[in-house]
Amino acid sequence: MSTTEKAPARQAPPEGSIKAKKRPGDLAFSGSSLGAGIIILIVLAATAVFLVVQSIPAIAGDADTNPILGGENFWSYALPFLFGTLWSALLALAIASPIAIGIALFISHYAPRRLAAVLGYIIDLLAAVPSVVFGLWGALFFSGFLQPFFATLTDTIGTWPILNLFFSGPVSATGRTVLTAALVLSVMILPIMTAICREVFLQTPKLHEEAALALGATRWEMIRMAVLPFARGGMVSGAMLGLGRALGETMAVTMVLSGSPIVAFQLLQSGNPQSIAANIALHFPEAFDTGVNTLIATGLILFIVTFAVNAVARWIVNRRAEFSGAN
Amino acid sequence: MTAPTTETVVVPPSRISTGRLPKGSPWAILAGAMVVSFAIFAVMNAGSPLADLNVAAALFIGMVLYIVFVYVLSLIAESRRHATDRLMTALISTAFVIACLPLVSVLWTVISNGLARMDPTFFSWSMRNVIGEGGGAVHAIWGTLIVTGLAAIISVPIGLMTSIYLVEYGNGNRLSKGITFFVDVMTGIPSIVAGLFIYSVFTIFFGPGIRMGIMGALALSVLMIPVVVRGSEEMLRIVPNELREASYALGVPKWLTIIKVVLPTSIAGITTSIMLAIARVIGETAHLLLTVGVTANLQMNAFQSDNGQMMTLPVFVYNEFMYPSASSPDASLERAWAAALTLLIIVMLLNLIGRGISKFFAPKTSGR
Amino acid sequence: MKLTRLSGIAALGAVAALTLAGCAANEDTTPASSSAPEGSSSEAPAGGATGTIGATGASSQAAAQAALVATFQGKNPGVTVNYESTGSGAGRDNFLAGASDFIGSDRAYHVEELSAGFKGCATDSIVEVPTYISPVAVAFNLPGIDTLNMDAATIAGIFAGEITQWNDEAIASQNEGVELPDSAITPVNRSDASGTTETFVSYLSATAGDVWTYEVGDEWPIDGTERAQGTQGIAQVLGSSEGTIGYLDASQIPADAGQVAVGVDGEYVPYSAEAASKLIENSPLEEGREPQDLVFAVDPASASDGAYPIALVSYLISCTEYEDATKAQLVKDYFTFVASAEGQEISAAEAGSAPISDALREQVSAAIDAIVTE
Repeated sequence: MSTTEKAPARQAPPEGSIKAKKRPGDLAFSGSSLGAGIIILIVLAATAVFLVVQSIPAIAGDADTNPILGGENFWSYALPFLFGTLWSALLALAIASPIAIGIALFISHYAPRRLAAVLGYIIDLLAAVPSVVFGLWGALFFSGFLQPFFATLTDTIGTWPILNLFFSGPVSATGRTVLTAALVLSVMILPIMTAICREVFLQTPKLHEEAALALGATRWEMIRMAVLPFARGGMVSGAMLGLGRALGETMAVTMVLSGSPIVAFQLLQSGNPQSIAANIALHFPEAFDTGVNTLIATGLILFIVTFAVNAVARWIVNRRAEFSGAN
Repeated sequence: MTAPTTETVVVPPSRISTGRLPKGSPWAILAGAMVVSFAIFAVMNAGSPLADLNVAAALFIGMVLYIVFVYVLSLIAESRRHATDRLMTALISTAFVIACLPLVSVLWTVISNGLARMDPTFFSWSMRNVIGEGGGAVHAIWGTLIVTGLAAIISVPIGLMTSIYLVEYGNGNRLSKGITFFVDVMTGIPSIVAGLFIYSVFTIFFGPGIRMGIMGALALSVLMIPVVVRGSEEMLRIVPNELREASYALGVPKWLTIIKVVLPTSIAGITTSIMLAIARVIGETAHLLLTVGVTANLQMNAFQSDNGQMMTLPVFVYNEFMYPSASSPDASLERAWAAALTLLIIVMLLNLIGRGISKFFAPKTSGR
Repeated sequence: MKLTRLSGIAALGAVAALTLAGCAANEDTTPASSSAPEGSSSEAPAGGATGTIGATGASSQAAAQAALVATFQGKNPGVTVNYESTGSGAGRDNFLAGASDFIGSDRAYHVEELSAGFKGCATDSIVEVPTYISPVAVAFNLPGIDTLNMDAATIAGIFAGEITQWNDEAIASQNEGVELPDSAITPVNRSDASGTTETFVSYLSATAGDVWTYEVGDEWPIDGTERAQGTQGIAQVLGSSEGTIGYLDASQIPADAGQVAVGVDGEYVPYSAEAASKLIENSPLEEGREPQDLVFAVDPASASDGAYPIALVSYLISCTEYEDATKAQLVKDYFTFVASAEGQEISAAEAGSAPISDALREQVSAAIDAIVTE
């Protein structure tokens, strides 16, 4: 056909757009899937609403009749617990981050292929261990194991000028300190962070890595130049997710930590800041009346903090749109 | 005849083997560092019994010495860049070894302590009328199965339908962006907050002190739904568009396409993500304490509002540890470890089954 | 693997079928055959009563209640008694709201609280009987030392943090000839709210009020101390860490811990069940209550004559009249069993409580008889 033939004049589209035939099955199905999505939003909103409603009698109510507050202002009761939660979670994050990055790098770039697959499974199995098990292990074995080590620390670096803000004595006789709890928490959040970091490192474009090696870089330099900059967003989101998990962890902290509502930076002493979740677990079984509302109010504070941390993490991940598999 | 030359011939050094530490030197340096460290500690320990030797500290100092030695030796024998490379390798390997230690320790502690009660009595008796020795956890096992089963029944349809909405109908509109964002955030809800929420809701209808199996299931599904959504969404996205297009081209309505084409293709991956979600939440304790309570008897009815407490495995472990029998606390501790081992086995089985299903039945997709 | 282990695992597979059938091997009509405590007669004919009663309340009674419930259910296979350890405060709240059929509580209702109205009862009158008397012991971990003498001021000084070394003059002067180490004392207390704490703190406040100036309650008043969760937590800490001292239910002291003989009126009294029940016997009844509302006003400072001054008195509380006559009968039967010589023996064997004396039992039985069961 000659290409210079004019195409037939296009007909104007008929009045009104053409709609696909709506089948009842389609309506039902799409409606129910939309409904399911909305249910999730409703549940999340309901959680927030119920927590707020149940917290009000504690925050705005009479502190004198409150069995837990006993006349104390709600915020002076709750804020030390918030400090405790943040402090132990940040400690756990600080301990776990370099190790998680190290393990992820080991699995993705240093270990032989077969070993790497096995190691990946093992780390994921670590994620499956229930938190009561960590609590049992921490309380019955780990704290006793660490105690002599803590005693040595307080005697040596606990006397140095700046470090004595964190490591001075008198050392706890049982080893159930915030440092032990942070170590147990870091063991628990390692798998999540390792999994995410491993995924990100594996996604580094091979060409970048090969190019660096071709230019004579050592393995570490290749990692530093090609892998780490690419993975920055993923590592941050992994850290945030680990932080989120550490903030909410209940049973391990309850069973391992000897905590009180204090604000202290000492890591090795008997008096340690208590976390919100552990406080709720300790007192809820025996709470009644407005005491329950007080505990729920502290739970609301925890909810807001974890919500914020997770939101920031997801926002960071979403900015790197080309990164997939970031669960 | 020329006189034999007295000048020596200078052979240019081989570029391949000089300027680098010999192969296997990191291992030799590690051995050397350990020897030095143990020697130091043995000298410090001289005069005390051998059992007093602080092995852990010796190992720790040994690792530190290894890192220092390998950096310094490499700096001398090779270049600064290589020294840094070896240092980082050493550090990364150390990180890996350090991470393995707690895992091995945890597994070893649970297995060695839990094996003592892995007998038939443990799996067929409840704690009703049991004082001291004996008894079992069958009521806890049933409680866990019932609560988790109900939670799965609630969360799988909702989660699956939501991910179908996100993938098939959402098209990236504002609602699906919002749902995705909030679902991701919900993965981080602490279990105790979920428990508090369900408790508050039920207190309104039933009054304070209410404990029911279904409450635990609902709290668990609040935790499970986001995980199911995320996992199945990934699986649905993997399904190639060509399959859908082919189905539409044959005149199949959208909903039938999803049910008959998309879902069967991704069923393996979805099953895996469901199993993984269950494995992740089955060990959560805190919300169960608040909603399902504690009892020594076998309770099969999850909807009983009067005396409806159900025992679950994680709460059983916690309870036996916290409130042991006064006459034989060792028996209680044994039961606690055995229940912890049971929980661990269940979780690992679910994980392995999930991975196995995905490996065998996953559709072959090109280039991921 | 040993053959026994292998065959055990094979048997395991067999009972998997039993498990899947949804039965518990010990939840038929035949009572549990294991670990019936000595002295209990299980040859009594199985009771024909059926029904379920639910209780919540003090965790101090939990161990005793578990044993008592087990034996009671053994005698009456159709009956289920659910005692859930929720704490005394929650128990009292539940009873007011009618959510529990009876409760255990570390303190009786105050007279002002009695007028609030009990929703689960047909009338507003209640029965309160003391059935659980438990000495709170002060125990420590010093290898090689089994017992130490300390008077109230010394104990208060240690727990208030004023006496910090084991070889302090205050302790040494009361313990001639005992080799005290030059190490720090670590006092351990409960991290959760507990009646044991309340008993101990009220003892310190009553007997050493000038050293112990903190308020009395069920939470430990000093922050920043070494603390453990539950009696079990304290027992575990005392059993594993040297130099610790703590207070706990006397029945849970770890095997190799040392115990403190408390100074009373010039002499040192080690804890014992008899010494504790002496404390209650010598105490007056509270005024202004109905006859079936048996509440004792216990004052540790007035303990004398070999009585051990730190004891927890825990009550069982029920309605005088119930809407449901079956429930009333079950509660009455259970209370009668708990207060009987057999029940008290079980409680003593399992939980280390002090059995109530015969004189006290008479008063208690009279109060229980007031429960209306036509």
